[in-house]
Amino acid sequence: MAQITLSKLAHSYFPNPKSESEFALKEMDHVWDDGGAYALLGSSGCGKTTLLNIISGLVRPSHGRVLFGATDMTDAPTAERNIAQVFQFPVVYDTMTVRDNLAFPLRNRGKDAAYVKARVDHIAAMIGMEARLNHKARGLTADAKQKISLGRGMVREDVNAILFDEPLTVIDPHMKWELRTQLKQLHREFRHTMIYVTHDQTEALTFADKVVVMYDGRVVQMGTPQDLFDTPAHTFVGYFIGSPGMNLFDADIAGSHAALLGVQVALGAAYGPIKGRTQIGIRPEFVTLTAGQGVPVRILRVEDVGRHRIIRAEAGGKPLNIIAPEGQPIGTDLTHAAFAPDRISVYADDWRVTPATATRKVA
Amino acid sequence: MDKTQNNKAWFLVLPVLALVAFSAVIPLMTVVNYSLQDTFGNNEFFWAGLEWFEDVLDSDRIKDALGRQILFTGIILAIEVPLGIFVALNMPKKGFWASFCLVLMALPLLIPFNVVGTIWQIFGRVDIGLLGHTLAAMGVDYNYTNDVFDAWATVIIMDVWHWTSLVALLSYAGLQSIPEAYYQAAKIDQAGRLAVFRYIELPKMQGVLLIAILLRFMDSFMIYTEPFVVTGGGPGNATTFLSIDLVKQAIGQFDLGPAAAFSLIYFLVILLISWVFYTVMTNLDKRDGV
Repeated sequence: MAQITLSKLAHSYFPNPKSESEFALKEMDHVWDDGGAYALLGSSGCGKTTLLNIISGLVRPSHGRVLFGATDMTDAPTAERNIAQVFQFPVVYDTMTVRDNLAFPLRNRGKDAAYVKARVDHIAAMIGMEARLNHKARGLTADAKQKISLGRGMVREDVNAILFDEPLTVIDPHMKWELRTQLKQLHREFRHTMIYVTHDQTEALTFADKVVVMYDGRVVQMGTPQDLFDTPAHTFVGYFIGSPGMNLFDADIAGSHAALLGVQVALGAAYGPIKGRTQIGIRPEFVTLTAGQGVPVRILRVEDVGRHRIIRAEAGGKPLNIIAPEGQPIGTDLTHAAFAPDRISVYADDWRVTPATATRKVA
Repeated sequence: MDKTQNNKAWFLVLPVLALVAFSAVIPLMTVVNYSLQDTFGNNEFFWAGLEWFEDVLDSDRIKDALGRQILFTGIILAIEVPLGIFVALNMPKKGFWASFCLVLMALPLLIPFNVVGTIWQIFGRVDIGLLGHTLAAMGVDYNYTNDVFDAWATVIIMDVWHWTSLVALLSYAGLQSIPEAYYQAAKIDQAGRLAVFRYIELPKMQGVLLIAILLRFMDSFMIYTEPFVVTGGGPGNATTFLSIDLVKQAIGQFDLGPAAAFSLIYFLVILLISWVFYTVMTNLDKRDGV
């Protein structure tokens, strides 16, 4: 086990990348702590899988280094890295039995038979396949095959890290929940570094201690779920995390106020002069409907999701979502929306701006 | 429910029936007809019963030809299948060179059989052939018209040259259908090259390999043109395979009855062996399965 460091890492599938858009991964410096449980979140095609494959050595990065602890592993083949990886679609060795499938990674490393048997039985119990150990892997259902893939990923105890590439896509919802819980338990038990790729935020937030959000080949934020919720570092994080995502509006920032739709909105802090396109972001949880205070809105519809209601509204032609807690009245006299000042984030060209004064406090 | 009974629909089957009759049943029946009768010319036939079949089954000449046939087919399968897989494994996976290799591999398959025979007949000639002359110049005693071993070697190498591509192309198609994730998983699991072949590539190629082996078995078991053009079945009867022997009987000696009986037995042997091949290979992976 080791800490994994990505140093000035970038990757392009073109031999001589000319512009930044030709990079699948833009230059990044990140440290993955030993024993951390990370979720790698982002929309399809943002470079999540490329990043995983670089860590496991299936892809050699075109720029930068990969370090395990203090050892440079950039040019080390996959076998030397001792990493387990589970892929999105099930990979099983058809002609082998379930038992041989699970034992394969151990046998290839020359472990003795008694140890192999003990490990295989343990993992089989964990994935619920004890009864089918002697069946051929061919002919099993897709989710049974994926469970075998997961099992093969977890069967080795001494791995540096286990990488999961959207492993639960083909598994039915109930089993998904159970397997996720087991992964979490496995993590607590063995403290392997785990990186879990997904584009499902619930999956990411329940699994991980730290969530890494990628957007367009860049890691835009790495933090606890709470960080991502409170202070999204990029408008994409604001929009992607949360249900519904953050509301964003173009606004002119001057000191501790933002001019938005002809209304001065108070910010929780004062900002210096900002270059570029400025936006303010406010989560639906921190917007309240008022009878005249704040920005004028037009309510389009109200969705009752049980614990709260989501108000789909419009302000100046832009969508505005509001979460109204239970019991709060919604009426035709509520024509404006007020933003909680210390919950407003300011963005310049999509990146979060830190306030000039430190008056801001986050509960 | 009231169903209208109208058997006129059966007439719609007639065209297929006619087609099958002309393409298979009638020609086959003609052969059956010949196999049960004897003739002394003038289109006069006499009933002979199963006499010709008994003759054929007793004939040492045909047994020898069958032995040579089995040996030939066995050798070319033993060479072409592994060689074809080996070539397929080493072909580029994509890009210009992949297309280039595919075209190159397909070329021998496009050459008419008698042209292949002619090419090798001339290629191997000691007086003017590139191969034969070069070997002679190097001091190798090579002559496919005199020497049994040389004749066999020539015919086998010719078949390998002609048909290995088929096995290679089919295997290549099988290999191309393996998702990249399998190779990645094998790397993660630290599987060696041999294990990758044994547990990933071979199982995934099984379907196409079955087709390749069946096709090569049937084709080589019926081979006629190429060896006939190169060696004419000689020296002596050394390369007289079943088809060549059959044609000698039917057209050379005009022994219609024995030739017909021979044909039918030949046909049944191919059918039987193909069926055995197919059954064995499709059942191979079902052992201790689910």
